[in-house]
Amino acid sequence: MNSNTKLNILRIVLSVLIALLISFGIIFITSEEPVKAIIQLLTGPLQSQRRFGNVIEAMIPLIFTGVGVSIMFAANEINLAGEGAFHIGGLIATYFALNTVLPPVISPIAAIVAAGLFGMLVTGVPAVMKIKTESDVLVSSLMMNYLILYFSNYVLNNMLRDPKAGAVVSYAVPDITKFSTIFPGTRIHVGLFIALAVAVVGYVFLYKTKIGYEIRITGENRDFARYSGINTVKITLISQLVGGFIFGVGGGVELLGMYNRFTWTSLLGYGWDAIIITTLAKKNPIYVPFAAFFLAYLRTGASIMSRSTDVATEIVTITQGIIILLVVAEQFLSKYKHKIISREARATLIEKEGE
Amino acid sequence: MGDKVLQMNNIMKIYPNGVVAVEDVTFELEKGEIHALLGENGAGKSTLMKVLFGIETPEQGEIILNGCKADIKSPQEAIKMGIGMVHQHFMLVPSLTVAENIVLGVEPIKSSLFIDEEKAFKLSKEIAEIYNFDIDVTERVEELPVGLKQKVEILKALYRGADILILDEPTAVLTPQETEELFVQLKKLKEKGHTIIFISHKLDEIKEICDRATIMRNGRSKGTFFVKDISTAEMSRLMVGRDVVVTFDKKPVELKETVLKVRNLCITGFTGIKRVDDLSFDVKAGEIFGIAGVEGNGQGHLAEVLTGLSNKYKGEITIFDRDVKKHNIRELRDLGMAHIPEDRMTFGCAKNMNIMDNMFTNQYHKPEYSGKVLLKNKKIESRVNDLIKEYLVKCKSYKQNVGMLSGGNIQKVVVAREFSTDPKIIIANQPTRGIDVGAASFIRQRIIEFRDAGCAIILISADLNEVLELSDRLAVIYKGKFSGVFNDVKNLTEAELGKYMLGIKRDDRLEGIIYEQ
Repeated sequence: MNSNTKLNILRIVLSVLIALLISFGIIFITSEEPVKAIIQLLTGPLQSQRRFGNVIEAMIPLIFTGVGVSIMFAANEINLAGEGAFHIGGLIATYFALNTVLPPVISPIAAIVAAGLFGMLVTGVPAVMKIKTESDVLVSSLMMNYLILYFSNYVLNNMLRDPKAGAVVSYAVPDITKFSTIFPGTRIHVGLFIALAVAVVGYVFLYKTKIGYEIRITGENRDFARYSGINTVKITLISQLVGGFIFGVGGGVELLGMYNRFTWTSLLGYGWDAIIITTLAKKNPIYVPFAAFFLAYLRTGASIMSRSTDVATEIVTITQGIIILLVVAEQFLSKYKHKIISREARATLIEKEGE
Repeated sequence: MGDKVLQMNNIMKIYPNGVVAVEDVTFELEKGEIHALLGENGAGKSTLMKVLFGIETPEQGEIILNGCKADIKSPQEAIKMGIGMVHQHFMLVPSLTVAENIVLGVEPIKSSLFIDEEKAFKLSKEIAEIYNFDIDVTERVEELPVGLKQKVEILKALYRGADILILDEPTAVLTPQETEELFVQLKKLKEKGHTIIFISHKLDEIKEICDRATIMRNGRSKGTFFVKDISTAEMSRLMVGRDVVVTFDKKPVELKETVLKVRNLCITGFTGIKRVDDLSFDVKAGEIFGIAGVEGNGQGHLAEVLTGLSNKYKGEITIFDRDVKKHNIRELRDLGMAHIPEDRMTFGCAKNMNIMDNMFTNQYHKPEYSGKVLLKNKKIESRVNDLIKEYLVKCKSYKQNVGMLSGGNIQKVVVAREFSTDPKIIIANQPTRGIDVGAASFIRQRIIEFRDAGCAIILISADLNEVLELSDRLAVIYKGKFSGVFNDVKNLTEAELGKYMLGIKRDDRLEGIIYEQ
């Protein structure tokens, strides 16, 4: 491992520690029972099988969105329509489950592929708009999310809504299309395997295939990519479509694995979580499951803490915020980094003189 | 003369990419002298001066100014201590007037909120008169020629009370006449008691106006000498570590088929100015066609359209009889085009990616290195390792990020990549700019090898040595037109070439004719 990788890991670990310490400080100031709260936050998820199950369940959608956004951001295009792509993934999977009759196994697979295709459409629109009209992807993709939300609400209200249910929810998804649970006593579902497979495939895609290579070069230096003969417009579009597909699949898997009915009437925030994950994972899909696990663990711990003490779950949003600030702060530890580099450089100088 | 105004002791500076730019250098300045800081590109001159001016913090060493230890942390502090610097690239606001630029940051204030324009004009005029600078302070900087812009920079420093004036390659952008004028001014400044550090690598200029010279090479000082006691040959030897410029063994030129044909090429820039004005020329396989010129005379635009980066041109360009406009860059490259870009950090590499990733962008799609979907990483890896060895890239392994390498090694990565495809036509734009002598002569040697192997080469360079050494034919570009085309490069002198480059001389026969050998 070279000193740069070591330093990156050190930076992330330190960022997490500092963020936790600050959060603990806030807990100490505001809580009547700070020690109990902190213990619940840190060890709560390990106290029962069900609770640990909650961590894994929460991790699954985070992996999808983390990988999806890693691929989109690899082309250095800040497309935030992943949120909408995830949402529509859930909607389409439900629609598909309610309106088609397919054999077991085939049915959920078909549903999530359909979900993925629609997800692709959602992230693709801002990307195509940029190519055709040079509109800013950041803005158009954010707006896209609201468009999708209200489109989804319309479909739910007019096409999927179960009038017998008390709330605005869809008809129940038939069991044949749902993902089965794999560990009794938890709600961990087959989607876990799909999520892990997506992380591996995502890694192979970005780092071992021709298109992945083109995406990374385009993202790192668009001028260089063009000069090398890469069609940067096409490549950027592809990365947005692939990312959107993964988001859509993620939404479908989440719905078919964790819900009986489509109940999403507001945006769930997975698009934002994805940015936290990809920042921690340094845009590498293979690290996404670890980052997703960390975030899921922290959130599960926070929710246990809030149930058993007087500290609210929102404390972890502070923790998350500080982590992201420190990880993205380029200058954080830069003096230390410079020290390492100059030490290495001096060592080479001495070596040279010895020759 | 006699008093030491400045001592820099044992200065060391290591850049964030691990390059040791200055290694244990000691530098002294006496009051009222013009002191040359001499060295090739990358020798560490500019870095040493950036340390003095507070732009860079040194790893070790101390600065003693007027007998007191000085800790200079920023240019503001340096200015307060009486140090002024005129950068190679001017730091002026083009849309403001000369006076506004001179007082910028220390403006006279009226009713505690507004700039007192009249006073600014008056003060600037005064300072210009004191130092005998003939300049209209009411004029906008963007309308001034380069020589006057430089005067504004110098006045700016003087206005801030600079006793020590650092001039970073001041003559690089000047015409000979402007240079003469500058020297007169510098001598006057010296008479008034200012101390001047003159960064340069032009020996004759140093001979002309400097009292002493400190010579740097590879980040080290090679000593300080009285200019009158040292010959130019000796200075050159200390500076480059060799007696004369290496001459390459070139076989007689063997011309083959025409590879590149350019007819009536016109390129209009954003502002409507003609950047390239009706150029026509051919380049044949087996020759090096040099294009010399002071930067900014259309070379950059020419390279852009020849390599397919831009198709905004009028006229006709064909490579192997194919219209360049009708092909994208990938297709041009697959036809056998290679391109060493002018700016290696913008077009030549992705600094946050490793050497392997950077060496394959032009051929990963070929069947040897990838299947339908996957890259053949093993094959790529072994090829990259071969290239690293062949091109003597100094690195720990191919996994090192390109941004961590020195300029010369980054350029070698670029050249290795471009030459590894067995090109038929190479467009080399400033191929050795800003890199060390060793790397430069290595790259030049390679260019000659490709020429001998029957490749057509267009060499665009501002380095006179380079174009004179390498070119079989040489054209000089001035304001978008060829001011001279020479078949007999051997008998061409730098001085003669300089006249064409500055537009003092031009060959009228070239007007409108299509050049063919």
